[in-house]
Amino acid sequence: MLKTFPKGGVHPPENKLTSTKTIKRLPAPKVVYVPISQHIGIPAEIIVDRKDKVEIGQVIARSGGFVSSNIHAPVAGTVTKLDMIIDTSGYKKQCIVIRTDAKNESNFEEIDFPLKKEITLQPEEIVQRISDFGIVGLGGATFPSHVKLNIKEDRKLDCLIINGVECEPYLTADHRLMLEKTKEILVGIQILMHALRVDRAIIGIENNKKDAIEAFKTLSVQEPRIQVAALKVKYPQGGEKQLVRALLNREVPKNGLPLDVGVVVHNVGTVYAIYQAIQHNRPLMERVVTVTGKKLEKPSNFWVKIGTPIKDLVEEVGGIPEGTRKIVSGGPMMGKALKSTDVPVTKGTSGILVISEDEASRGEPKNCIRCGECVSVCPMGLEPHLLMNLSEKNMFEKAAQEDIMTCIECGSCSYVCPSHRPLLDYIRFGKNITKELQSKKV
Amino acid sequence: MSDSILHSVILLSLLGIVAALVLYVVSKKFYVYENPLIAEVEELLPAANCAGCGSPGCRAFAEKLVGTDDISDLFCPVGGNDVMKLVSEALGKEVAEKDPTVAVIRCQGSCEVRPKTTEYQGPKSCTISALIYSGETDCQYGCLGDGDCVAVCQFDAMYMDEATGLPVVITDKCTSCGMCVDACPRDIIEMRPKHKRDLKIFVGCLNEEKGGIAKKACSVACIGCSKCFDICPKDAIVMENNLAYIDPEYCTLCRKCVPVCPTDSIIETNFPPRKEKKVEPKVTAKVEPVKPQPNA
Repeated sequence: MLKTFPKGGVHPPENKLTSTKTIKRLPAPKVVYVPISQHIGIPAEIIVDRKDKVEIGQVIARSGGFVSSNIHAPVAGTVTKLDMIIDTSGYKKQCIVIRTDAKNESNFEEIDFPLKKEITLQPEEIVQRISDFGIVGLGGATFPSHVKLNIKEDRKLDCLIINGVECEPYLTADHRLMLEKTKEILVGIQILMHALRVDRAIIGIENNKKDAIEAFKTLSVQEPRIQVAALKVKYPQGGEKQLVRALLNREVPKNGLPLDVGVVVHNVGTVYAIYQAIQHNRPLMERVVTVTGKKLEKPSNFWVKIGTPIKDLVEEVGGIPEGTRKIVSGGPMMGKALKSTDVPVTKGTSGILVISEDEASRGEPKNCIRCGECVSVCPMGLEPHLLMNLSEKNMFEKAAQEDIMTCIECGSCSYVCPSHRPLLDYIRFGKNITKELQSKKV
Repeated sequence: MSDSILHSVILLSLLGIVAALVLYVVSKKFYVYENPLIAEVEELLPAANCAGCGSPGCRAFAEKLVGTDDISDLFCPVGGNDVMKLVSEALGKEVAEKDPTVAVIRCQGSCEVRPKTTEYQGPKSCTISALIYSGETDCQYGCLGDGDCVAVCQFDAMYMDEATGLPVVITDKCTSCGMCVDACPRDIIEMRPKHKRDLKIFVGCLNEEKGGIAKKACSVACIGCSKCFDICPKDAIVMENNLAYIDPEYCTLCRKCVPVCPTDSIIETNFPPRKEKKVEPKVTAKVEPVKPQPNA
C-alpha cells in the first residue's frame, strides 16, 4: 500500500510527455532580462548601472532583507539598461537587461563538474553561502532557502524531507534532474543534513517515476540515513503540508510551518542548486525548465539561464503551433497564463506549457448544484463553495472564520466543479482582501 | 355562567393594569435620552445611506453632526451645499461650502484605440482580473472594463457603454458619494468639481509609461510631451511620471491645453463648440455623452 495524504486530492491525466527526454543545455541567449523580484519577499536592490560590464555569477542585485535573495548575472556581458519588463505576474516589473558577450567563453562552456563528495564547510558557512548564492525554493514558490535553514536553537527538528513529488501534470523537470543528477542530489541532501544537524532524510517521489525511485534506492544503500519513499500518484501531493502528512503522518497546524512538527522540506531542484553552490561555487543562474504541450513538435527539458525570454524556449521546441490558446508558466493546475512570450524565465519557472484551443477554454459558469465535489477534493478540508460565496458577497470576516487563509490555491476545486464555477478565482480574491484587513488590524 | 364571564373580565383587566404598570416603570427607569435634534437632522439628510460622508449611513452621520462641535469638515456629498445649509440652520453651526463634484473616468481606452492583445476568461470583476494580470490590453494603467464601479453605484448613475467597453457617468444622477472611486482597482475614477453647466477639463489617461510605449498600447494615451504644461497660463498642469494632471484648483477652464494635445488625451465636456478660428479644430473624443443641461 503506497503512502499518500488522506484528505481530498485529484488525479488529473498525467501527460508527462517529456519524461524520457534528457535535459539539453540551451545556448546562452543574446540578451537576458533578469527581474529583481524572483522570490517571495522583499525585491532585491540593483547594484549595477547601465554600461557596466558584468562577469558570469556576479551579484547584480543584493538581497533587500532577511526574506529576500541575491540575484546573480546569468551571463557575462554588458548591462544595457534597467527597464520595466512584463513578468509572470502580468505586470511590468523592474528588470536588469544584460547583453551577452559573445566572445566570453564562460557563457558557452559545458558545465559538467566531477562529483565532489567531501563536505568541508561548517553548518553556519553552508547556510551563509546558500543565502549569498541566491538560492530559493525551485519547486515554484521561490521561498528563499536560507530562511528555512536558519532554525532557532529551541526548535526541535528530526527529519528533512526532499520533495521529488512533481505532482503537476506535464512537468518533468524534477524527474529528469533526479535521473540525471542522482549522485549530486544525494550529496546535496547530505549537505543539508549537515547544515540542519538532522540524522534522517526522506525523499518522497510519486510512483509514476519508478525509474527515479529505483535510481535513488540503489544509490542510497550505503547511506542508511536517507530513505526513499514511493507515494501514490495524487495531486497536490507536492504541497508541503500534504507531503509531510503523507510521509510522516504528521499534521502541520493551520497557519503553521512544517517546522512546527519538526520537519523541513526542500525540493530536489533546490537540493541540486545547493550542491552546485557548496561544492562548485556556482550561484543560482540556471534551472531546468520543461517545455511541453500536446501539439508541440519536440517538447523537451532544458537547462535554461535565468532571464532567457520564453519565446527562445518555444522556438527551440519548434515554435508556437497553430490553434494555441494559452501559454502557461508552470503546470496546468497552479501555473499562470502568460501575457506575452517576452516574459523571462525566472528562478520559479518550472515549466512552459503550450495549450491548444480545446484544452484551454473555461466552461460557462452555472449555478452551484450542491454536489459537494469541491468539499471532497479539498486537501485542506475547506468548503470551497462556501468560501467562494462569502468572497463574492464581500463577507470577509466570515470567510476568515471559515479558514480561507489556509487555502493552498491548488485549484482542485475549480478542476472538479461540474458547473465550472470560478471557485479559486474568488477564493484568491477573498484571501487577498482578508490579508489586507488583517494587516490593517495589527 | 355569568360568573365565569365576569371573572375572566376582571382577571384580564387586572392583568392589563399590572402589565401597564410594569411597562410604565420600566420606561421611566430605563429611559434613554436622545437629542431630538438627531431625528430632525436625519430628516434633512437625503437618506441614501451611501456612506459617501464617511459615516455608515445617514443616521450615524446625523449623530456625528449633532455630537461634534466643529462640523466644518463634515460634508454630505449627496445633499451638497443645499442640505448642509439646512443642517447649519437647524444646528446653528458653521458648515463649509464646497463646490459640487462629480465622478469622471480618466481613461479613454475604447476597443478601437486600445487594441486587445489577450483574452480574459475569469469571473467578470475588475478586482479579480487585476489580481491575475494587467488586463486584456497592453496598458496596465487603464480601465479593465468589467464594471466593478457600475456594480457598486447605488444611484444608477453609471453604465457600461457597449461600444467602447468603458463605464459612463450620468452626471445628473451622480451624487459624488465616492463608492466607484474606492471600487476601481486602477484608481481611474476621480471626483472633480462640477463647475457651472458641468464644464470639465481633465486628462483622460493614467499611463505612466514612456511616450512611445504608452502610444503603442493606446492611441489616445498621454505621452508626457508637456505641451499642455507649457501652454497653461495658470500653471495648473503638473507633469509627473510621464503624465499630465490638471489640478482643478488652479484650472480656469480656458481650454488652451485641449487643442495642443497631440494624442487627444485631454477630455473637455459640455463646452460649446469652438469658434471656427483655428486652422484645424481638433475633435476631442468624448467619454461622456452630452447630456441635456439641467438649467438650459
